[in-house]
Amino acid sequence: MEAFLHQVFSGLANGAIYASLALALVMIYQSTHHINFAQGELAMFSTYLAWAMINAGLPYWAAFGLTVVASFFIGLIIERAIVRRVADAPVLTVVVVFIALLVILNSVTGWIFTYTIKVFPSPFPEEPLFGPYISSHEAGVVGVSIFVLVTLFLFFRFTPLGLAMRATAENAVSSRLAGIRTGWMLALGWGIAAAIGAIAGMMVAPIVYLDPNMMSGILLYAIAAALMGGIDSPLGAVIGGLTVGVLENIMGAYVVGTELKLTVALVVIIGVLIFKPTGLFGRSFVTRV
Amino acid sequence: MGGLYVNRTRLILVALVVVLACALPFVLSSYRVFQFNMVLVYAIVLLGLNMLTGFNGQISLGHGAFYAIGAYVAAVLMDHWGVPYWVTVPVAGVICFIAGFLFGLPALRLHGHYLALATFALGISMPQILKYKGLEEWTGGVQGIVILKPEAPFGLNISQDQWLYLFTLIIALVMFWLAWNLLRGRIGRAMVAIRDHPIAAEAMGIDVAAVKTLTFGVSALYAGVGGALGAIVVQFVAPDSFVALVSITFLIGIVIGGLASISGVIYGALFIQFVPNIADEISKAAPWAVYGLFLLAFIFLAPAGIAGFVRALWARLTTGSTRKKRAAQTQET
Repeated sequence: MEAFLHQVFSGLANGAIYASLALALVMIYQSTHHINFAQGELAMFSTYLAWAMINAGLPYWAAFGLTVVASFFIGLIIERAIVRRVADAPVLTVVVVFIALLVILNSVTGWIFTYTIKVFPSPFPEEPLFGPYISSHEAGVVGVSIFVLVTLFLFFRFTPLGLAMRATAENAVSSRLAGIRTGWMLALGWGIAAAIGAIAGMMVAPIVYLDPNMMSGILLYAIAAALMGGIDSPLGAVIGGLTVGVLENIMGAYVVGTELKLTVALVVIIGVLIFKPTGLFGRSFVTRV
Repeated sequence: MGGLYVNRTRLILVALVVVLACALPFVLSSYRVFQFNMVLVYAIVLLGLNMLTGFNGQISLGHGAFYAIGAYVAAVLMDHWGVPYWVTVPVAGVICFIAGFLFGLPALRLHGHYLALATFALGISMPQILKYKGLEEWTGGVQGIVILKPEAPFGLNISQDQWLYLFTLIIALVMFWLAWNLLRGRIGRAMVAIRDHPIAAEAMGIDVAAVKTLTFGVSALYAGVGGALGAIVVQFVAPDSFVALVSITFLIGIVIGGLASISGVIYGALFIQFVPNIADEISKAAPWAVYGLFLLAFIFLAPAGIAGFVRALWARLTTGSTRKKRAAQTQET
């Protein structure tokens, strides 16, 4: 039972990370109907930035804050410089552009920081503070994720800017007529998504270690989470993330073994797409002929 | 739609390329022969992927998985049951056709992004499946399988590399001929119609579901044949040779070569074989940076790929000459 509880809690901690990344995917999907295949690599690149700052002698939380801000601007610039140009292009073009971003970010990181695996520090103490079932880092990850989620919720619910962004996602044409600068709202969405991804990257790096390919598996779980919750539902992304995290750990520990954990994500993705393509909380759309 | 219709100049050009391809192994060093052998292997895989993505509009980011299945089928058959290498190629093709057909069935319900996602997931999880302990007896786990290089048959006085190259070339020619026939016929038109307007295609009486799953199967068959040949040529299969980036490399090949173009897959295969080699000399990370930049450049500047570029150049050259002829004629009169 103890081992089981331990699996559940560490699943929740992983799930919190998947939830954050899934939320970043959902943010971009909601506003532009694109699935950002480069989201994981963007987070990985941000984590390397944080590593470089910490190595340069900055205290952890200063590096954390600077990385989040820098990632925000990187996301903003990518949207304005590249993604905007393919806004109305066919899906294949969009997918190829994201794949191009993915490989560029991956190789540039490898080029600058080399491919050797690095240790990334955790800001949380070594000894478990919250009982035997959960390590401090895991508890910290859950805490930071909850903080991010609540902040985002408050931002979107109670600020004029958040309202403008929601309006743009809902109906871009009307928002534009109402005087909202929709182009900037999309860019802001990208910036926020990149910032959330950076936090997820910094939270997961102490667990999986820092290496340019660290995010490919995590992105897969995040995609599974986003699809399970419904690709256009932020709440769904969170619940999906936690579910996928726990499911992955339990399946890994008791059913299929750790080697086939990624296959669990594959099965979840294909299962959701076949049986309930809108996910648990997504809305279904009807397209006109 | 380049390369689908016959005319005499084109026929002569194709014959020239084939003759050149036959002559290659006798003038190059054995390492170069190996490299061109891989170009042929990639060309077969890219042809399959281009049918699916270029002609039929179904995005696959996971064709490396079918390539891996083909390679493993060939390796396991040769290693475990001592099956001759030339038998493994069609077997790999058939098994991949079935695998592709089965994956194509659920994929029917997915469009655009979702299909890309599902195939992306397939590509990422493939190495883990290959490493799986339960299959280790056949797949050799992380170690992979080493295969022996076949000798030239019929007492031919050529090296193993040269024979393997010619063997691959013959299969590639057959696969290209089949693809060309398939694509310019009824099914090929149906594939393009489904890509351009699925609803109109259905209204015209095309069985969209059947054509799409069939295309998926045939496309996987091509990847499987390529995979089997690739395994024989490289003489080695291991899970880490089939990471997700392999699938992405194939996508890069068809985008840069030219989507929905048969000749494009040859340019694409040459690109993914030789450009990384050149870029590798700068840095280990450089090939992918170059891939990424080329992808962006082609998508924005030349969406029809190298094939489109060649076509435009060709059109300019030929119309240029006819214009000169006309000018000469008018002067005479």
